[in-house]
Parts: sequence; structure tokens; C-alpha cells
Amino acid sequence: MNIIGKKYWYFLFSLIIIVPGIFSLLFYGLNLSVEFTGGSNLTFAFPSKASNKEAKQISAIFTQNKIKIQNLSASGNQIFVKSQPVDEKQDILITQEIKNTLGNFQQQSYETIGPTIGGETLRNAIYALIIASILIVLYITWSFRSVPKPTSSFRFGVCAIIALIHDVLVLLGLFSIFGHFLGVEIDSLFVTAALTVIGFSVHDTIVVFDRIRENLKRVGGENFSEVVNNSILQTLDRSLNTSLTVVLVLIAMLLFGGDSIKWFVVALLIGIISGTYSSIFNASPLLVVWQEIISKRKK
Amino acid sequence: MRKNPRHLFWLIIGLTILAVFINLPKISNLHFANKTFNFDPNSIFSALKINKTLNFREGLDLKGGTSLVLQANMKNIPSAQRSAALDSAKTIIENRVNLFGVSEPLVQTSVANNNDYRIVVEIPGLTDVNQIRNLIGTTAQLTFWEEIASSSAKVASPDTINIGGTNFKKTNLAGSDIQQTSVSFSQNNGKPEVSLVFTTAGAKKFADITQRLVGKRLAIALDNQVIEAPTVNQAILGGNAVIEGGFTTATATQLSTELNAGALPVPLSILSSSIIEPTLGSASLVKSLLAGALGFIIIVIFMTVLYGRLGIIASVALTLYTLFVLGLFKLSSITPYGITLTLSGIAGFILSIGMAVDANILIFERMKEELRQGKPKVTAIELGFSRAWTSIRDSNISTLITSSVLYMFGTGMVKGFALVLAVGVLISMFSAIVVTRTFLRLVYK
Repeated sequence: MNIIGKKYWYFLFSLIIIVPGIFSLLFYGLNLSVEFTGGSNLTFAFPSKASNKEAKQISAIFTQNKIKIQNLSASGNQIFVKSQPVDEKQDILITQEIKNTLGNFQQQSYETIGPTIGGETLRNAIYALIIASILIVLYITWSFRSVPKPTSSFRFGVCAIIALIHDVLVLLGLFSIFGHFLGVEIDSLFVTAALTVIGFSVHDTIVVFDRIRENLKRVGGENFSEVVNNSILQTLDRSLNTSLTVVLVLIAMLLFGGDSIKWFVVALLIGIISGTYSSIFNASPLLVVWQEIISKRKK
Repeated sequence: MRKNPRHLFWLIIGLTILAVFINLPKISNLHFANKTFNFDPNSIFSALKINKTLNFREGLDLKGGTSLVLQANMKNIPSAQRSAALDSAKTIIENRVNLFGVSEPLVQTSVANNNDYRIVVEIPGLTDVNQIRNLIGTTAQLTFWEEIASSSAKVASPDTINIGGTNFKKTNLAGSDIQQTSVSFSQNNGKPEVSLVFTTAGAKKFADITQRLVGKRLAIALDNQVIEAPTVNQAILGGNAVIEGGFTTATATQLSTELNAGALPVPLSILSSSIIEPTLGSASLVKSLLAGALGFIIIVIFMTVLYGRLGIIASVALTLYTLFVLGLFKLSSITPYGITLTLSGIAGFILSIGMAVDANILIFERMKEELRQGKPKVTAIELGFSRAWTSIRDSNISTLITSSVLYMFGTGMVKGFALVLAVGVLISMFSAIVVTRTFLRLVYK
């Protein structure tokens, strides 16, 4: 099997997934949860099924108290409200008014995040992403320092990070599309998933790179693209088996793990599949492309 | 290089027994073969006279409860004293939280952006909005007032009051100078009174005040209501005082409790708060555990189908891995660095199982390759481990890098996830390499 020979087709396939996502990110952005923007999440549970009447009343009460509702949805006997920040005093006022107009109910959750905290959470997530990427490039550059010429360990680090950025873009792009069309929110669980995907992506890439390193030491770098191709094929069974194990576990979590972690698991699934793809079809072929560009220049 | 696998084998067996012992829940009145068994892993602590209990610490998202971020308004506090003010506000909030009587509340301070002073509070089991409001409200504020040279002119200022024609000036002694209060009974008439013990600084202030007031009166006011204004007979240097104000036992107890809870040195406001119903949390816990168990079974079947006998050994190693990680979580509850189990932590744990399996897959695939090249079985096993090691090492180190960055920058949920992932990766290196290799060496000797 010649993976390196068809490398541009694989790059094209990645672009087909990533480009719509980038457009969605540019036009629709990300549907950020109150954790990042600041605001309130309130859940009201009624004794029987919550109908339009309850939803309308609640919305009216919020408007009376001059609190802008961003989203209101009903499911079963629960009504979920996402709004501008509601403080403790307003919450007491609102719950009292709902009790007066709609009778008995239970406030199942009350969550308010001030705008300052929201901004910090987002900033910290971005910092974490950048710092982790830099540290990983440094580690790979150091750990692969013994790779023989004509290649260099720094290139391994950079290619691993390009594969990582590929996975993050796939994930962010798809979730931007999901956010626009399905109302899926980016919350701190999503950030956790994204950071796990980064870990896994590099994990997968390193396994292939490790084999390239070993083969280069044995046969030298004369025919670089053949060495890379063989290394990918030799580690293919492992890559697929490992990903399949994780994917099976995640599918179990998706089917039985409950609603609160549903999109978290979807994010992990997308990331793991993308991570496996990029480690086989992007990271290592990119090493070959880089090598080819350099040898052309020398001529 | 080859150590005797027997020693390692017994070490693993020992660790396993220890982990099982730690993980076992408390069992009482178990009937078996006409005998009754009682078992409690904590019995070992009581036997050693250590006042600790092993338990899984559950986070708010599993147990239900309230989490709050409070912001201190430091406008009127000089910048040099701000962190001290934050610390004493934290102590007072802690005291008030303890009055709720919930187990394992968490109160922490944090300073964000250099000038944003915060207190993070997590109260498991408390979901009443009203009680939470009381947490940051002002409670009893005790003030002390000294008699000043009597003048007929009434002075109108917040720092002076007039009691029966005498002017009193506010002293710098306040509720925050009190270390502890208790209810006692007067030696003269047996009536209940509130005894105060001042802090070192408070005791010095009190001594100074009473020294200059000998023969004059000292008024004690609660929330600006004068309780009593006795005449000072002699300077009190010991740092103790008694308020007599004509209490009943009940009012004395109430005042003592309120004073113990203390007054806040800075006004606090709620920056963010969330209340999680316990039912919501436990439903999530049951679901995640079910998913985890199912995922585990899937891995065992998958590994056995793929690698036959090797797969069964890997599954045993994986079972031990799970026991070790759970045992460590439970053990951590008796140290100051307790690991709190949250929903995201459980997700991290399930994910780390996947990573633990990966190490074994890497090794087994490598063994298969070596066998295909015609190497004898025992050599293939050793080569499988040694050649797969570099990729296991590098990939796990990069995961550790990610999780430590997450731990440093993350908040709450992200932190919990990162910690569990890091612990899981470290233990998985032990179980996938040491445990699997020892078993394989014993089987294929």
C-alpha cells in the first residue's frame, strides 16, 4: 500500500472537512455557553409536563424584571432558561412570581456566572492550548534529537503540531456548525474534550514518528519517503486497534452516559477519529513534503 | 537485566490485596455459612488510633450542593492590607459555612489579575438560596466605646454616641479582634454571660483602653445598640473579658455563636453561583458508572478476540489498573491532597483506561512482528516490551505535559479531569508494562 504516493489526496480530504468549518467559524462563530460569556442558567421543574403556557409565563416574568432571555426550551416537565446574569435577589423575586402565577414547581438548578469570570475561563483555555503546544514541540524536538540526517527533530515537532492544529480545527469547525444548526454550546466540558484530543493526537502521531526514527537509524535516510511509508504501514494495526478500542468505549458512553455528557463524548469521538486520521495521513506525509521541498532547493 | 519475576509477582499480588482491601465498601452483618461477618476498611485506622476515614470524595456535580465565587470589595482597604483582609474574610466565611454542619466544605481564596480578590466556596449538600444569602450578609458587629471628657454639648458624629448625658468615642477594638467566645455563668449571681478571648493584637488594644479608662466607663455595643456600659475598676491585661448584659441562656448562646462567626472585614458580593440538585448529580453518576463498566467489558472482549491469551493477560492487568486507581483515589481522601471525583474526572478515568490498553496493544503488535520475523517466543516478548517502550514513553509524557498545563490553567472541572488523567497515565505505565511483563514471563518461562 502506498500512502505517501497519494498524500495530496489525503490532504484534500482533510481540507474538505476543515474548510466548511472555517467558514462557519468566520460567519457564525462559536455558540459559547454562559461559562464564557457570563449569564444565568436556570432549570424549573413542574409537577406535570411543561407546556407552552408555562414557557410563555416564565418568559413574561423575566421581561417584567428586565432580564433578557437568550434561550428558553422545554423538555418533559422541565423548562430551561438561559439569560443575562440573574442575581440572588432577582432569583428570589422571579421564583416567587412564578409560584404565584403557575403554582407549585421546583427550581432544580441555579447557575450565574459574572462576565469577568466568563472571560477568564476562555482566556485560560486559550493560554493552556498555546502553552501545551509549545511544550510538546520542545519535548519532541528534544526526544527525537538523535534522528539521522537529512531530516531534523525540529521538523518532527512542527509536523506533530500541524496534525494537532488539524484536529483542533476539525473539532472547532464541526462544533461551530453544530452550534449554529443544533444549538450545541461550547462549555468547559468541551474545552476539556478539546484538550484531551490534543493529548491523544500527539500520542498517536508520536507512535508513528517513533517507528520512523527507529527505521531511519536502521536503514538511513537515503529513501526517506519509502521509510516513512513503511513506518506508517508497520504501525497501522496498532493505530487502528487502539482507536477502535477508545471509539468503542466512547460509543458506550454516548449510548448510556446520559445527556449531560453527550456532546462531550461526541467531541471526543470526532477528535479521536480525526487524530487517528491526521497521524497516519497528515503528520508523516508532511515530513516527506518538507523533505522534498528542501532537496529541490538544494538542486 | 532480567530480574526474578517471582519477586515482582508477589509485589503485585500484595498491592492487589491492599487495593481490594481499600476499595471494599463497609459491610455489616453479612450472613455466610451460618456466621455473621462485619467488615470496615476504616477499622484499621481506629485500631491505630488515627482519626481518619477512607472515602471517595464526590464533587458537587455528583453529590449536589452549592458553589459560589465571592468578590471582596477592597476599595476602602489600603493595598498593603488587602491580602490579610482577604484571609480573615476567608476564615469568617469558613466559620459561617461550618455552622451549616455539612461535611467537607471547601473555602479558598484566589487573587485574579493582581487586584481582584475572591473567595471560592463549595458547600456539598446545601441547596437553599436563602441560607446562601446569609453567608455573605453582615452578622453581629461588636464595637467598644470609651468615655470621653463629659461635655454638655452633644457631639453628633458616627464615631461618638451619647448615653445618659455622657459622650462615648468609638475605639479601634472591634469584633475582628475577638478570637473566641463562649457562654459562661457569673460567679456573683449565676446569670449567663458571654466570655470573650481576644487575639494577641486585640488583647493589647483592650489593655491600652482599660488602662486609660480606670475609673471611667466602657460601653459595649452590638450592631450599634449598647448592651452595657460598666465602669472599669482596673486595667485588664490578660486578654479576657465578659459581657453581662442581662442575658438568658438562649440569647447568650446566640450572641456567642454570632460573634464566633464574626463580622466581615470587607464587604463581599456574589460573582457567580450555582446550585446543583443532588438528584441530578446522582443520576449522572449512575449513568457514567454504567457506561464505564460497559466500556470496560467491551475492551476485555475486544482484547481477547484480537490477541487471545495475551488479551486475557492484558485484561487482568487492566482490572488491576482499575483497582489501583480507585484505591489511590480513596487513599488520597486521608491526605491533604484529596482527589475529588467529578463527572469530568470520571470521564478522564474512562479515557485513561483507553490509554492503558494502548500501551498493551503497542507491545503486542510489536511481539507479533518479531514473531513473524522468526524470532523465538521468549525473545519476541522481551523485544516487544523494549522496542515499544520508546513510543509508550514519548506519547505518555506528552499526555502528562498536556494534563499538567490543564491543571495549572484550568478551573474546577478541567482541573479534576487533568488530575485524574495524569494519575491514570502514571499508573497505566506500571500496569501495562510491569504487571503485563511479569505475568507473561511467568506464563512463557
